[in-house]
Amino acid sequence: MTALIGLLRKEWFHILRDRRTLAVLLGLPAIQVVLFGYAIRTDVNDVRLGIVDPSPDHATLALRDRFAASGVFRIVATVPRLADLDALFQTGDVQQAVVFEPGFASRLAGSTPASLLVLSDATEPNTGSLLQAYALSVVEQYQRDLSPPMSSVRVQGRAWRADRPAVIVPQTRMRFNPTRESSNLFVPGLMAFVLTIISSLMTAISLTREKETGTMETLLVSPLRPWAIIVGKVAPYLVVGFASVVGVLVEARLVFGVPLRGSVLLLLGEGALYILVSLALGILVSASTSSQRVAMVVALLGTMLPNVLLSGFVFPVESMPAPLQVIANVVPGRWFVLIARGIMLKGIGLEYLWRETLILAAMAAVLLVASTRSFKERLV
Amino acid sequence: MSAVVIEAKGLTRAFGAFVAVDRISFDVRAGEVFGFLGANGAGKTTAIRMLIGLLSPSSGTARVAGHDVGTESEAVKRRIGYMSQRFSLYEDLTPRENIRLYGGIYGLSGPQIRERTGQVLTRLGLEAVADQRVQRLPLGWRQKLAFSVALVHQPQIVFLDEPTSGVDPITRRQFWELIYEAAAGGTTVFVTTHYMDEAEYCDRVSIMVAGRIDAIGTPGELKQQFGAPSIDDVFVQLARPAASSGGQAHAAAAPPGGPS
Repeated sequence: MTALIGLLRKEWFHILRDRRTLAVLLGLPAIQVVLFGYAIRTDVNDVRLGIVDPSPDHATLALRDRFAASGVFRIVATVPRLADLDALFQTGDVQQAVVFEPGFASRLAGSTPASLLVLSDATEPNTGSLLQAYALSVVEQYQRDLSPPMSSVRVQGRAWRADRPAVIVPQTRMRFNPTRESSNLFVPGLMAFVLTIISSLMTAISLTREKETGTMETLLVSPLRPWAIIVGKVAPYLVVGFASVVGVLVEARLVFGVPLRGSVLLLLGEGALYILVSLALGILVSASTSSQRVAMVVALLGTMLPNVLLSGFVFPVESMPAPLQVIANVVPGRWFVLIARGIMLKGIGLEYLWRETLILAAMAAVLLVASTRSFKERLV
Repeated sequence: MSAVVIEAKGLTRAFGAFVAVDRISFDVRAGEVFGFLGANGAGKTTAIRMLIGLLSPSSGTARVAGHDVGTESEAVKRRIGYMSQRFSLYEDLTPRENIRLYGGIYGLSGPQIRERTGQVLTRLGLEAVADQRVQRLPLGWRQKLAFSVALVHQPQIVFLDEPTSGVDPITRRQFWELIYEAAAGGTTVFVTTHYMDEAEYCDRVSIMVAGRIDAIGTPGELKQQFGAPSIDDVFVQLARPAASSGGQAHAAAAPPGGPS
């Protein structure tokens, strides 16, 4: 036991004395939160709105006023045909268009539902879905005001019957990037990314460094059990990983108001599970190479890249080609991102996430066994 | 006569079809400085790895410090010290921290560690740099420190794998003084080297060629047996046929200076 404590202390010295690496480990996530946070702006205002109104009537004018008065939208163009907006969309002068169908007001009053198209620029997916949500809420509000739950009211001299609510059927469409992921918030993905860097990459590098310098051999010749060597090597990185994740969460909360709706404890627990998976991957990488450089490249290509590209962090898994979707299933980050999003954004608990958790746990178990074995194999 | 502390009987290790160590048998007695010689690729490292419990034998047995290396490697590991060919201290730790780490790994108590740290630092004259990182120390000092660290738990036997490669002659001499000091204290020293002059410092040597031990004895006995003026010449005589087995021309072209 004292031997293990000594080993842990030594690893802490390695981490604390390598100032540059430590700064990267703790500073990089902090910087990334800021970068991602500003790149994916979640506040929308001054939205440049285009109106396509082929036959202006009292209803379309009323809705246009609502948009203008909402404080979020600024109507920059009003044209009769959608084609007239194309150029403006291309240049970005228009971010969103509301397209009324001809005879909007009479349909609204009649028996057929009136339809309306909300077209959003989704070059940046999150902004796109936010724009859409804002526009729909304006339409929604208008509709609700039109059909109060109580008795009938008269609007513009026409009788509205309370039993038949005014129906506007809004259709939505995204331009440029139709398959956006609506809940693509960055923090869950960033957590996976940070944990992968610290757990897989740093573990792989620190283990191969001991191989390179020959100290690993000295440890193996000592009476220390293989598991104790592994624990002594990786436990400190678990702590650093945790510190980094907590930092990311706090910063995301304070600076960007990213919500954490579910249980913090559950999130940290799942984080620990994901760290285990990543550590095991790092150990496996280090078992197959003996130079720090190779370990770094393998860890980057083998663990970080899939976790960035295939986890749904940047690109939604649902919009990937089928073969990639299959591959994505074996990327641990994909499951962690699902879990973290569920907890943070939807506030759901283990009762909905047990399947993903089980998959991560199974991955952790398999990889830990494999990595301990790969480590022992060198002894035989 | 003192007790046998290393006993190899028909020790063999094969990697697939390649037999790296082929039925070697030898004894090492307590307090001896035993030189384990051989050219690169002769199987020295494989043999050492079996003796220190890093590799299990394909066949044959070896007992080290009274325990079987194949079945009781944990017991063996507690009783031996090891200094690898590559420098085996942590360079970003200080000498004091390195001693403490290895002391802890070998299960020494806190007071024991403090006591031995003081002893080691005094003996090596490293008190002034005890709290500087090892990477700032000259190679010779580091080498001596590594040796002392390998001995910190007072093992019965210490295995040194080419401890003096890449060290200047004066440091080599000083290093051998440390080896003798350890041997005088009762520690058995098992050392591999490719410096043939160092072989002369050993109590007994074995020479390994192509996986087998072709000669074993005191340096004097070997020189007499092979009618050679130095161990270097004994070595060349043994190594030549092995080297020429690939082709006659190669042996003829071999320089007279012997293998390096």
